[in-house]
Amino acid sequence: MPVDPPGGGGDASGSTPGCTRIVIPADPLAVREALRALFDTLLLRALPADERGTAEIVLAEALNNIVEHAYACDGGKIELTLQLHQSELVCQIEDQGLAMPRDALPSGELTAISGAAALPEGGFGWHLIRALSRDLHYRRVGGRNQLSFRLDVGQSRR
Amino acid sequence: MELVADHQGDLLIVTAMENRIDAAGAIQFKDRMREIVKVSARRVLLDLSRVAFLDSSGLGAVVAVMKLLGPDRKLELVGLTPTVAKVFRLTRMDSIFTIHPSIPEGLSHAG
Repeated sequence: MPVDPPGGGGDASGSTPGCTRIVIPADPLAVREALRALFDTLLLRALPADERGTAEIVLAEALNNIVEHAYACDGGKIELTLQLHQSELVCQIEDQGLAMPRDALPSGELTAISGAAALPEGGFGWHLIRALSRDLHYRRVGGRNQLSFRLDVGQSRR
Repeated sequence: MELVADHQGDLLIVTAMENRIDAAGAIQFKDRMREIVKVSARRVLLDLSRVAFLDSSGLGAVVAVMKLLGPDRKLELVGLTPTVAKVFRLTRMDSIFTIHPSIPEGLSHAG
C-alpha cells in the first residue's frame, strides 16, 4: 500500500492524529448511515463544505461499488480507514468480496452522449472517483480487495 | 422517499423532500416518480433544492425518469445544491438537462 497503516482501531487516538477506522456491513442503508456518522460527527466535520461534499461523493461511490459488485452475491464487511493530514485525506478501503474483473479498476470513461433516449443510467461511479481523487490504487491480496486514494483538503484553511 | 407533486394544467412541479438521493433510495425515487409523472403534464420540474447529496445511483435514477417521460415531455431540474451540481457537471449531465437556479418566475410552487 502506498500509505502507512493506521495506528490502531477506534477514533482519533494513538500515534496517528486524525485517524478513524470503521467497519460497515455491505448494505446500501448501512453505507448511508456510516457516511452520515462520519460526516456529521467525526474528523470530517473539520473540513469546509465543498471538501466534505467531494469526500462524500468519492467514499459513497467506492463503498456502494463494493456493496453492488464485490458483495453482489453475499453480504460481508467493508473496512474503511481515514487519516486526515494537513492537506490531504488518506482513504483505505478493504473488503473480502469478489475481485475486480481482470484485477484492475474500471477506466471510468463516460459513454458518449447521443440523444436523450440512449443516455446511460449508470457507469458514472468510477468516473467520479477518478475525477475527484488522486493516487488511486487497487490490489488483490490474499482474497481481499484493497483500494486506496487521497483527497485534497484544507485548501481554504490555509 | 418523500416527493410532493403540484400539478397545474400542463405543468408538474415535484419537490424532493429528502436530503439525499443515494444508492439506498434511488429505486424508490424512480418508482415514486414513475407514479407521479403519469398525469398529463408536458413540462415536469424536479425541485432538488432540499437534496444536499446525490450519488451515481441517484443520478442514474434522475436520468431514468427523464427517459420514461418520453421524447415529447421535458424534465427540468431546479435548485441544485453545490455537491449535487458537482455530480452533474463532472458527468456532463448538466449539458443534458435544463437546470434552473430556482423555480422560474411566474410558476407557482406548492412547497
